[in-house]
Amino acid sequence: MGASVLTTATRSPAAPVEESRGSRFTGWAANYVDERTSISGLVKELGRKIFPDHWSFMLGEVALYSFVVILLSGTFLTFFFQASMTSVIYDGSYAPLKGIEMSNAMQSTLDISFDIRGGLLMRQIHHWAALLFIASIGLHMLRIYFTGAFRKPREINWVVGFILFILAMAEGFTGYSLPDDLLSGNGLRIIDGLIKGIPIVGTWISYLLFGSQFPGTDIVPRLFTLHILLLPAILVAALGIHLVLLVINKHTQFAGPGKTNNNVVGVPIMPTFAAKAGGFFFIIFGVIALIASLFTINPIWTYGPYDPSPVSAGTQPDWYIGFADGALRLVPPHLEWLWGPYTFSLNIFLPVVVLGLFIVVVMFYPFLEAWVTGDKREHHIADRPRNAPTRTAIGAAGVTFYAVLWGAASSDLIATHFLISIEGVITTLQILLIVGPIIAYFVTKRICIGLMKKDREIALHGYESGRIVRLPGGEYIEVHEQLDPYERWRLISFEDYQPLMVRPNAKGEITVAQRVRAGLSNWFFEDRIAPVSRTELAAAHGDAHGALEGDAGAHGAIGH
Amino acid sequence: MAQHDDGVTDGSPVDDHTAAGSSLEKAMPHDSGIAVLTDDLMENPGFPPHRPRQTDLDPKKDKRAEKQVTFLFYLSIVGSIFAVAAYVAFPIVPGDMESVRTNNLLLGLGIALGMLGIGLGAVHWAKQLMSDIELVEERHGTRGTDATRAKAVEIFALGNKESGFTRRGLIRNSLIGALVLTPIPAVVLFRDLAPAADPIPLLQHTVWKKGTRLTRDPSGTPIKASDVTIGSAFHVIPEGLNELDDKLEEKAKAAVLLMRLKPEDLHVTAGRETWNYDGIVAYSKICTHVGCPVALYEQQTHHLLCPCHQSQFDITHEAAVIFGPANRPLPQLPITIDSEGYLVARSDFHEPVGPSFWERQF
Ligand code: HEM
Ligand code: FES
Repeated sequence: MGASVLTTATRSPAAPVEESRGSRFTGWAANYVDERTSISGLVKELGRKIFPDHWSFMLGEVALYSFVVILLSGTFLTFFFQASMTSVIYDGSYAPLKGIEMSNAMQSTLDISFDIRGGLLMRQIHHWAALLFIASIGLHMLRIYFTGAFRKPREINWVVGFILFILAMAEGFTGYSLPDDLLSGNGLRIIDGLIKGIPIVGTWISYLLFGSQFPGTDIVPRLFTLHILLLPAILVAALGIHLVLLVINKHTQFAGPGKTNNNVVGVPIMPTFAAKAGGFFFIIFGVIALIASLFTINPIWTYGPYDPSPVSAGTQPDWYIGFADGALRLVPPHLEWLWGPYTFSLNIFLPVVVLGLFIVVVMFYPFLEAWVTGDKREHHIADRPRNAPTRTAIGAAGVTFYAVLWGAASSDLIATHFLISIEGVITTLQILLIVGPIIAYFVTKRICIGLMKKDREIALHGYESGRIVRLPGGEYIEVHEQLDPYERWRLISFEDYQPLMVRPNAKGEITVAQRVRAGLSNWFFEDRIAPVSRTELAAAHGDAHGALEGDAGAHGAIGH
Repeated sequence: MAQHDDGVTDGSPVDDHTAAGSSLEKAMPHDSGIAVLTDDLMENPGFPPHRPRQTDLDPKKDKRAEKQVTFLFYLSIVGSIFAVAAYVAFPIVPGDMESVRTNNLLLGLGIALGMLGIGLGAVHWAKQLMSDIELVEERHGTRGTDATRAKAVEIFALGNKESGFTRRGLIRNSLIGALVLTPIPAVVLFRDLAPAADPIPLLQHTVWKKGTRLTRDPSGTPIKASDVTIGSAFHVIPEGLNELDDKLEEKAKAAVLLMRLKPEDLHVTAGRETWNYDGIVAYSKICTHVGCPVALYEQQTHHLLCPCHQSQFDITHEAAVIFGPANRPLPQLPITIDSEGYLVARSDFHEPVGPSFWERQF
């Protein structure tokens, strides 16, 4: 029990150690630094901070470490890359492109790939790390969402994290555009068209951004400044805030025996967490290096330099931009009008607005849920997704919405691959974009509630052990094995909410806000499965006499 | 004791292990909203007994884990040295793609081994040899204590009093006004990101003008009407484009697709009767959606397909949109032939090409 946690962990008895030369030096150096920085205070504060362990807590770490890999490989690339759109005649060692006119940016990228030892490796490490970075942030965000780790006091950190996600995509897009090859130029062309479609200011924004008509000769150097200076600076600052808030708020932990809302259970930074996390950084770096040495990514030499005229079918942006590309494809036809002397292109502006709204809703979700529950307490226990069915269902709907947009970015590939007409694919996806999230919502909610009922069942009556015994009366039954209290606690320790009752305020009025809130809370919590209570457990054990039980017993009560 | 070197509790954290009634909750205003709190909740059973690992029990296993960790670190050293050796021993031979691939592969494998050795070693060390006894740290409410907060409020009040920030409204308001204005010069500074000239005229015209020959993209050789057989399609640029300084900018507006259909297949609207030459038609290749080149021509259906978002244009109906997000037909370039039989433009396009923009006017 608890006591074991408190027994001293020292493996070897603290035998009197002879002061070695090494330890004398360490002592001297530590003293030297501390007398000038008072760093011992920091070590005392943070050195034994506790980190809970769970595989899903590593997703944020993957993001952090791949970002470090991005910084290192990117710095190498800046030593060779030339962010200039001056036109040159290629004369490097890649024979098929010899004599072709291209920009300096493209030529230097080819040189990095074919004339500098390790250059191709660094390019590929940089690109693979970027993909891993964005993927891991996305998954990290999903884990935060589905476990409710965004609740008080972590709402602000959710917003900061979400900003990191947006910045990461911006970094990805600006980086992808730098080599000035056919695909990246085509991506920029789409951005140019998108910007021009913004009402009133679009034409001018595009003109200022490109420094002339599209494509001009300014965009690559400008994107370069964004990619290696401005965006990374903001990203590092936001990341700093993110991690400082993490230390202040401490990490969440999953419910488990001994773990409460008031403690953190896990391993200390020094030495175990540091060794695991530090080791994990090297593993991430190693895995990225391995992938980069084996798999080619973004072979710009097969695309050739940018030219506004050719394009091949089936060209795709990097996958994380896919949702935006898909949104452009799914707009209904004919959404463009003339307003007096002006052209209003809703076919372009609508996807921008819808995606913008989606982003805003995700960013402010924590505040919405807090308002619905009215719960102002701090929450440090991560929910199991099933125990918050409505939240999980909303998340599943959001994921489905994103997934349909994302799939739409490959509508042409879907059509050619499955030999269906492109019209059929688009129409299907348009319907799915609306219907899919609704189905996902209801299915997920049912599954969660089903799982909760099952948990309840097991907590009360144990699980089927697969062992059949014959009773003296001749009847056969299956033995139900009871959970031990530790296992049971994992299943039953969650918080329960009930819908808000509409009550008049001090003035005897029922405000609109009250009604909305009551409506929302009703939506959130009308189907509740209450956690197993002491009385219920006692009752269940009372009539079943522990181990043996004939039928499945009471089903999880839906509480009201 | 190692477990509580933060000194928060005196070694009896177990008391607090029930869900309700904690230091944390006492520290803040208690508002649980619509959460259901009853006395009938189950109690936290406290920590399960610790299970020692093999390496804790068996000194031989401990020794073996130690050797494994050391081996992994040595492996890392081998990897790093290998990477340097590969860098030198497998250089890139100009023009030899195989050498690029080998260099990439061996260098990468060396670096990967160097990293993975350290990483796996460190994690193995932590998992097998470092203490795996979980420790407990108490949480405290995030807000400052009442005393701290009172002090903070007092500091602000003092600051306000000593500066007269609220009292001297004139000073305060003029300061706010001044601060609001300071960023404006910075915004204005960005005007020169683009030249002084208005962008709209640039978007309204292309280099096509009366008599400009239609030439092949990219070679620039002119096209005779007789070269264009029924069913064929040509990627076209205006004559002289390749010699221009702003070649890409002009090409991004002037690129054209040329096709020949049977004249009776064309549905020509009034005013455009002279724009085709004997069934040969020329349309802007720049998609009216967001500007991709509309490069795919389906001969049988006479449809043009944009590969970016699948807008489709019907050439028999003057490139009207038949599917997809684009709204406007592709602009048509009026053409005819010159005295030598080469295809030439009759004029520029009669409307801006490419994506829509606010000031466009249909
Ligand atoms: C540059 C990208 C990011 C990096 C490097 C990063 C890194 C981390 C790390 C290392 C942790 C601690 C471990 C963990 O819980 O997984 C963490 C925690 C957290 N992150 Fe991120 N993160 C990033 C993006 C995001 C995003 C996009 C969100 C959500 C919108 C987010 C929200 C959070 C929250 C709320 C916590 C506290 C979690 C808890 O205590 O349980 N982060 N982050
Ligand atoms: S650019 Fe042609 S359909 Fe979008």
